[in-house]
Amino acid sequence: MTVIILLFLPLLGALATLLFKGGTAKNVALLFAVAEFAIALVFLSKFIPDATSQFGVNWAWIERYGIHFKAGIDGISMVLVLLTTLLIPIIILSTFKHDYKNPNAFYALVLFMQAGLLLVFTALDGFLFYVGWEAALIPIYFICTLWGGGDRVRINLKFFIYTFAGSLFMLLGIIYLYTQNPARTFDLHDFYALHLSAHQQSFIFWAFFLAFAIKMPVFPFHTWQPDTYTEAPSAGTMLLSGIMLKMGIYGVIRWLIPISPLGFSQWGPTAIVLAVIGIVYASLIAFNQKDGKRLIAYSSIAHVGLIAAGIFAWDIQGIQGAMIQMLNHGINVVGLFFIMDIISRRLNTRDIDALGGIAKVAPKFAIAFLIIVLGTVALPLTNGFIGEFLLLYGVYQYDIFLSAVAGLTIILGAVYMLRMYKKVMHGEGNALTALFTDITGYERVVLGIICALILIIGVYPQCILHLSEASVRDLIEQVNHKKLISVK
Amino acid sequence: MINNLLWLIPILPLVGFIINGLGRNTLSKGVIGFIGSTVVLASFVLSVLAFLQINSSHTPIEVTYFDWISVGSLTIPFSFLVDQLSSIMLLIITGVGFLIHVYSAGYMHDDEGFGKFFSYLNLFIFFMLLLVLGSNYIIMFIGWEGVGLCSYLLIGFWYSNASYSDVAKKAFVMNRIGDLGFLIAVFIIAQTFGSVSFSTVLEGAGHMKSGNPTLTLITLLLFVGATGKSAQLPLFTWLPDAMAGPTPVSALIHAATMVTAGIYMIARSNIMFTLAPITLHVISIIGLATILIAALIAMTQTDIKKVLAYSTVSQLGYMFLGLGVGAYTGAFFHVLTHAFFKALLFLCAGSVIHAVSGEQDMRKMGGLRGKLPVTFITMFIGTWAIAGLPPFAGFFSKDEILAHVYEQSPVLWVFGVIAAMFTSFYMFRLLYLTFFGKFRGTHEQEHHLHESPSSMTIPLMVLAVLSMVGGFINVPHVLGGHHWLQNYLAPVFEASTKIQELHPAELSSSTEWMLMGISVGGAFIALIFAYSKYISKGHVPVADTEQRSPLTGLAYNKFYIDEVYDFLVRKPLDGLSVFFYKVVDLMGIDGIVNGLGRGSIEASKDLRLLQNGNVGFYIFMMVIGVIAVLGYGIYSIMNLI
Repeated sequence: MTVIILLFLPLLGALATLLFKGGTAKNVALLFAVAEFAIALVFLSKFIPDATSQFGVNWAWIERYGIHFKAGIDGISMVLVLLTTLLIPIIILSTFKHDYKNPNAFYALVLFMQAGLLLVFTALDGFLFYVGWEAALIPIYFICTLWGGGDRVRINLKFFIYTFAGSLFMLLGIIYLYTQNPARTFDLHDFYALHLSAHQQSFIFWAFFLAFAIKMPVFPFHTWQPDTYTEAPSAGTMLLSGIMLKMGIYGVIRWLIPISPLGFSQWGPTAIVLAVIGIVYASLIAFNQKDGKRLIAYSSIAHVGLIAAGIFAWDIQGIQGAMIQMLNHGINVVGLFFIMDIISRRLNTRDIDALGGIAKVAPKFAIAFLIIVLGTVALPLTNGFIGEFLLLYGVYQYDIFLSAVAGLTIILGAVYMLRMYKKVMHGEGNALTALFTDITGYERVVLGIICALILIIGVYPQCILHLSEASVRDLIEQVNHKKLISVK
Repeated sequence: MINNLLWLIPILPLVGFIINGLGRNTLSKGVIGFIGSTVVLASFVLSVLAFLQINSSHTPIEVTYFDWISVGSLTIPFSFLVDQLSSIMLLIITGVGFLIHVYSAGYMHDDEGFGKFFSYLNLFIFFMLLLVLGSNYIIMFIGWEGVGLCSYLLIGFWYSNASYSDVAKKAFVMNRIGDLGFLIAVFIIAQTFGSVSFSTVLEGAGHMKSGNPTLTLITLLLFVGATGKSAQLPLFTWLPDAMAGPTPVSALIHAATMVTAGIYMIARSNIMFTLAPITLHVISIIGLATILIAALIAMTQTDIKKVLAYSTVSQLGYMFLGLGVGAYTGAFFHVLTHAFFKALLFLCAGSVIHAVSGEQDMRKMGGLRGKLPVTFITMFIGTWAIAGLPPFAGFFSKDEILAHVYEQSPVLWVFGVIAAMFTSFYMFRLLYLTFFGKFRGTHEQEHHLHESPSSMTIPLMVLAVLSMVGGFINVPHVLGGHHWLQNYLAPVFEASTKIQELHPAELSSSTEWMLMGISVGGAFIALIFAYSKYISKGHVPVADTEQRSPLTGLAYNKFYIDEVYDFLVRKPLDGLSVFFYKVVDLMGIDGIVNGLGRGSIEASKDLRLLQNGNVGFYIFMMVIGVIAVLGYGIYSIMNLI
């Protein structure tokens, strides 16, 4: 049983979905997504939580250039595979009330993107990683451009060019590593073993960092994000924020820092400061956003900033915090965007100032929304707390002042989240919101799953943490070891 | 035996929360009230068992359930600790909590959110129990933030009124400011001691030197956490606003239990504070300043619940003053007695409000004595107790704190006594305005005046008895007592006591008599002054439209603290928010990005000329390209050779 099944089933699903015109397409897509998640669970059950890469595959692919189809799952990848395979069916299900034009193409693109994402999270070959990286970008570009709203063509072109420019830098970095690699392969572990000068490593650091920082996004590379998130169809926003941005975070952990530890030593402090600035900056901007989606978009920049800060702190609590928070953020942000989707579909507006009083007419919706808000503001016994606690402790071990500034997120987050909740849900309400009907059917299923996950991970976080602990520890040791050798 | 049942103490209310939460629309009010109260009663019974076991065995019970978070060297077990300190907190929470549940069954009977209300109350009890049962700072923090959530939910219980939702949010955010302090303190603790468990941390702290800067930093940050939760300067303004919640909530959460969490946390960590004299100093100053400011405001308020709210802030200040002078037992003793009499006072106020059809303005009350005899008598007892008049509960606990304050600094003591006079004044003012004189409300209200049902009056009576006798558990030697509470709690404060005994400052019994005499005398004077003003002269506070004297006006308007915060914090942050968004983000950063994009489009206008449609040119370029690639390949191979 190898990772190949996981990578090709979504492709097969995409092809199958294309064949079904009309309303059947989404059912077929959902079927494949659920099957994929079931397979991921089988992998999970057979996974041994040590530092090794499992379910591996290593085929010679383009032998002439030393390119291999090499992929596998270690603890770090396992968490992201879970994230991807868990969220895709939820996202597909969340679209069930939408009538998209050409649904077969839409859902095929979602599944195609899943394959790209999974390739990114499991690839152990630089070239393959890059292929996955772009394979995930192209479908989401089409999803956003063809099914989005507003000024979608201009916005998405900017998004595409911006992120594509970033990935070209990464490609440059990968090719450079290849040229420096005496074995003439793109193998990740060969890259790890390279002995590059501090100067070369700085170059690698920036080549990769630009790609990853744009993707997450880290301040000040974020300005494509609010527009793109706001105008994308809600499934597209969920894919971007729930899963795709984790490519950047994952890239930092798996590629950036282990390959260029000296570059990281030199530029890590800059990166962590940028990340922390982003937390406060984006939180403050979120204060006064009127469009609910845009508010969540900025809040996402803040939350991702904290994850990035935890990684750049590079200690076990910080990275483990990042691992679990990637999953948590995915769950919570998909929940929030779904909440906004439900509102805008029913009332045709996302202007939170025009809302109010919904709690009165839709108590079940109110409870679900509240639980997701609590997860987002990191209340203990919700998933968000585990992540933010570990991340802040990680940053604290790096620098106490940075952690105090980063910690402002727990105050500022409460301000903008509760402000939004109040404006949407509380108060007398108005003629518009009186029409709001409570959640039904599949909406209940989606929100029920999300709320349950928020609480389960919050109460028993070890179920996720133990998966990646050994791999993370191993990676930290490798990097420290390499730094030590370089110093000598 | 109780060791195996310990987990039931918090879980039972959680079960109540789940049942009432799910059945809030389907179960009858009787069933909901019964379930909600019974689970708390059951926890109370278990708490009594735990108390009895601790009282006889003198050994704390610690039970570990599972590793909640374990990353690297950081391990946070989900574990409970019952010792002398937490056993008494358990009794307060479940005991007073049970009475308030029973009361709520009457008070909230006509509210459509009855089921929701009971489920929230149960959830609150669950988190509050976690807070005191946790055997490390993080489990404590779960409860700490969890009670904040319940406070948020219950302050905003009537959320259709948007302003209630606003004050609920304000309470949550202000608590969060404190929580950040708490969290960073926990980080330092974890790094310094390699653990967050009380046993390891406090043991380790005990070996440190007094004045150790790390300890000072930890304790200051923990105190920041306490100022949020326990409503001290500068983070107290949320508590008076929290009165937007139903009155039983004010009694349970915003008087008897949650707001004392800060005191519990410091008492729990006492050794760290004893070894941080600077922090203790800060605590006593902040405590005293809070006592005075809150008491001054309370003297001028006209909303019955607001008076009690500021009174709570002020009484919490006394507890912090006690902690600040190292009188841990005294402070904790005041937590206990305050839980009785302040819960009583709030519930009485609720009974009054219930009787006058929701009116809270004392200017529209008066003369209720005859119509609400039980409420009157019990409220009189509560007032007597909080005023520090013997022999009721408040006298003993306040006296104990003040005696220790005097040992440390007679100047602080003078202010403490002045504030005690204020306390007596505003409380009797409240009593006189409400129950004496003539009824000043509308005719219709007068027609409806009635004593509350027995589900409400019985809890009043029980709490009244406790407010009368509660002080006897720690009668000082000078009054022929044996300091039972102090002896019981001794093991918790043992390490601190040893250090304090290095500088003994025992008061002579004549001094003690004198101190007691002065503070009781002061309280009596204030009582009489209030009597002459509000009964003999029949004074009623003026309407809001009329001019007040400058100082009264200042106090009546709460010293404009909210307005100052608005001006100094909220407005600048909102301004910054708009500036960041409109100027920095849209024009600045995005402007540069778009500029780069535009630049490349301009550049490509020239580059586009290369795409001239001449196929020959394309082929030529391709050949050049291939040669370049090949050349590079050859160059690389040459390098290899």
